[in-house]
Amino acid sequence: MPVAAKQAALVNGERLDDAARRRRTAELAMLVFAVGVVLAAEAIVETTQEGRVNAHLATYGLVPLAAGFIAHLIVRRFAPYADPLILPCVVFLNGLGLVMIRRLDVGEMMQARERGLDYGGDAAPSQVLWTAFGLIGFLALLAIVRDHRVLQRYAYTLALVGLFFLALPAVLPARFSEVNGARIWIRIAGFSIQPGEMAKILLTIFGAAYLVAKRDVLSLAGRRFIGLEFPRGRDLGPLLLAWLLCIGVLIRGHDLGTSLMFFGLFVVLLYIATERASWVVLGLILFSGGAFLAYHLFANVQVRVSVWLHVFDDANNTGYQVSQSLFGLGTGGLFGAGLGGGHPEIVPLPATDFIITSFGEELGLFGLVAVLCVFGLLIARGFSAALAVRDSFGKLLTAGLSFSLALQLFVVVAGVSRLLPETGLTTPFLSYGGSSLVANYVLVALLLRVSDSARRPAVATPVAASSPSLPPVLPVTPVTKGGAS
Amino acid sequence: MNRQIRRVAVAVGVMMGALLLNLDYVQVLKSDAYRNDDRNSRVILATYSRPRGQIVVEGMPVADSVATKDELKYLRRYPSGPEYAAVTGHYTRDYGLDGIEATEDDVLSGNDPRLLGRRIADILTGRDPQGGTIVLTLNKAAQDAAYKALGGRRGAVVALDPSTGAILAAVSSPSYDPNLLSSHKSDDVAKAWRAYNADADQPMLNRALLQNYPPGSVFKVVVAAAALKRGLKPEEKIPAPSVLQLPESTVPMKNFDGEKCGDGQTDTLQDALAISCNTAFGQLGMDLGTDSVRKQAELFGMDGEQRKTPLRTAQSSIGEVVDQAALAQTSIGQRSVVATPLQVAMISAAVANDGVLMKPYLVQREQAPNLSTLHSTDPELLSTVLDPTLDKMLQQMMVAVVKNGTGKKADINIPGVVVGGKTGTADNGPTDHLNAPHAWFSGYATRQGVPKIAVAVVLENAGVTGSESAGGAAAAPIAKDVMTAYLNDAASD
Repeated sequence: MPVAAKQAALVNGERLDDAARRRRTAELAMLVFAVGVVLAAEAIVETTQEGRVNAHLATYGLVPLAAGFIAHLIVRRFAPYADPLILPCVVFLNGLGLVMIRRLDVGEMMQARERGLDYGGDAAPSQVLWTAFGLIGFLALLAIVRDHRVLQRYAYTLALVGLFFLALPAVLPARFSEVNGARIWIRIAGFSIQPGEMAKILLTIFGAAYLVAKRDVLSLAGRRFIGLEFPRGRDLGPLLLAWLLCIGVLIRGHDLGTSLMFFGLFVVLLYIATERASWVVLGLILFSGGAFLAYHLFANVQVRVSVWLHVFDDANNTGYQVSQSLFGLGTGGLFGAGLGGGHPEIVPLPATDFIITSFGEELGLFGLVAVLCVFGLLIARGFSAALAVRDSFGKLLTAGLSFSLALQLFVVVAGVSRLLPETGLTTPFLSYGGSSLVANYVLVALLLRVSDSARRPAVATPVAASSPSLPPVLPVTPVTKGGAS
Repeated sequence: MNRQIRRVAVAVGVMMGALLLNLDYVQVLKSDAYRNDDRNSRVILATYSRPRGQIVVEGMPVADSVATKDELKYLRRYPSGPEYAAVTGHYTRDYGLDGIEATEDDVLSGNDPRLLGRRIADILTGRDPQGGTIVLTLNKAAQDAAYKALGGRRGAVVALDPSTGAILAAVSSPSYDPNLLSSHKSDDVAKAWRAYNADADQPMLNRALLQNYPPGSVFKVVVAAAALKRGLKPEEKIPAPSVLQLPESTVPMKNFDGEKCGDGQTDTLQDALAISCNTAFGQLGMDLGTDSVRKQAELFGMDGEQRKTPLRTAQSSIGEVVDQAALAQTSIGQRSVVATPLQVAMISAAVANDGVLMKPYLVQREQAPNLSTLHSTDPELLSTVLDPTLDKMLQQMMVAVVKNGTGKKADINIPGVVVGGKTGTADNGPTDHLNAPHAWFSGYATRQGVPKIAVAVVLENAGVTGSESAGGAAAAPIAKDVMTAYLNDAASD
């Protein structure tokens, strides 16, 4: 079959070539394995908590199976060359998260009965619903965005939408936007949405597009100082803007975690785009300044820092959550209490901010490290797609998204294990929370989209070839170091 | 760009490495410290997740566990509540464990290394792991009688099997209800805990084993034993003045109500014990010497050792004897002499058992959940307090106390049963302002010459200062009730 005919068949989604088919078969096999682990986990929870395997196994075992299978079909249709490891990691994490959320429902219900309180209601069924929404987002992105470079054209539009999402909770009255002291929510008709999660992706797309366009200016002009090339004052604009944005989020939203995430992400994007370490140094300086300001301006930041430094001094009050998290992790030890065998519900917010502790307590160090390794695999595949893709925008976007996953995971795990102050972020895919789950499914869809384009055989891609309206890849002008100023 | 991406990926790797190192620190290095931290309730929650073993008296549980629908899966119950509290102790989530619950916790919780094989089998077969059972030596009839006779008055009763040392009854009164402390409702538990601790009658104090009292005149049995060893005979006359001038002391020793003993100058050893003559025993002690009295007291168990039955006991001893005057007061069980009710019961038990003192014990058997025996307690010799021939004389003297002396109210009219004993009325409190004296009785019963039961009774502040009648009037009837209940029980055959 001639190459052109192959490509035509592929675009119509009728047949895959051998490379694509092999990848998708491998993906399916690993999906089955991942779902098998999730099924086993759910069965263990049911036997430990209820004495026997029951009907929930069908729901919480089959949901990941169905999700995995549907996602697989979507990938097979829309991104056939994509990395086969990414989706199984995601389904594995989402499935384990569901099992833990349901396990915590039972635990919290018993705890509420014990204390004679009303039980707030199960979280797991709505997480199943959100998984479905996540898949819709996944499908929508892969189906609509057939080439990631299209996104460059909408960079400013996406940025505006992202900023709107980010700013909305901060301008809404507190009763629509405040949960546990952080004004980062939109609460309507019984649903709580954290728009910041989606804003993270939109602003990453914008950042990547903006920096690809401006990278020459940002990287070439500058002056040397202690061995590093520093940018000109007027080129600092974007970085300062990002910094101010993060401070704004912090001031209005009281959300330390999101603010830290955005800033870290933007600094890394700048570094990759400009290929200059001086941006990292500048970023760290601005971060230190921001942290210093935040510490002195906001009482909640001071509390979190003092809890971090002296967690057991006020272990029954402000330090309760983190100290109980440490107790949970310590009690889990090497091998854990076994799924369903511990008491993760003792830690407040066990299914959202502290789900890592719940896993650490019940699966032990070995189990938790295994879960982190799956994350590591997912992140590594993201970076590998960034290295493999040919266009700068794709590289920057994928590296940024992968790094945002890594940074979020790092901040969460470091927070619950007291390596850093606890900041109240959710763990991607594991934590209970609809907006986070949907956003992360979209994020993974983007990774798969780029991965697909990176791994597509090196003939001219039909979409690109047939879209002359796309912006051309920016020409790299050879410039000698420290030249123009 | 790729070089920068690789560097960022390496940085991510370093971040992951930092997380793993920190998790190692939290979950491995600090694991034990965090697990056993007081503020960490997970371990105690885990112990509630399997049924704790029973504590059994004559086949009936005095502590057992029932399944609940709470987060804590099993509730600890004490079917007889306060009656056995001095022995069972309590099992609480927030206030720790006490009594047999504490000392036998390994077996009851199933954590004992001897149960390890079974625990693994339980895990493999999916059976619910369980704790082992503790079988006590207590006799229900004796315990019931003692608890009933004390009737909530401040005091204690301890009964022993003289030939083995098995504890047949141990009651502390007033008692507390361990059910209120084992409840899963922490507020209720806190309220009960505070109330018990604030109660002036100290219901949670274990008076039977952990409270030292001045033994008063019951200690004269020890001095009498030392005298017999020195070669005195029960019929021999010893000095018994109405008022005994103590050397280097301005305060003379008198008898209760200033009574005469014998002819006012001398009395027989046996009669001096029967009527509890203070001056005779004060002089006798001084004649015997400190070493002799101390040695004899130590043989009876008043050696300052803390015993484990396995419940801990207070250390009984005669204390410091600084001069002859102190020795005289020591010899009538005052001054620095302190003894627990268990110790006082041991004195009668040794006399009843032909001078052989057995080590008191409370746990008959430790059993695995399948009721196989893990450990069975064998009777153990503690000391020989007197030769059998001399001991027969002491028995004769103690029988005389009950037949003709101050202990008449302890006598039991059952064919073949012989009761011996000694009353006591112990001064206590500051020397310038004495509280009402404690009433004591220590005695034993034999049937067809076989020692069956030894018992000690103390009633706090039940007497009137200056009167010897308290021990005989208040404490002896309780001892009689306990001995009668036991002798009528099939277990005593």
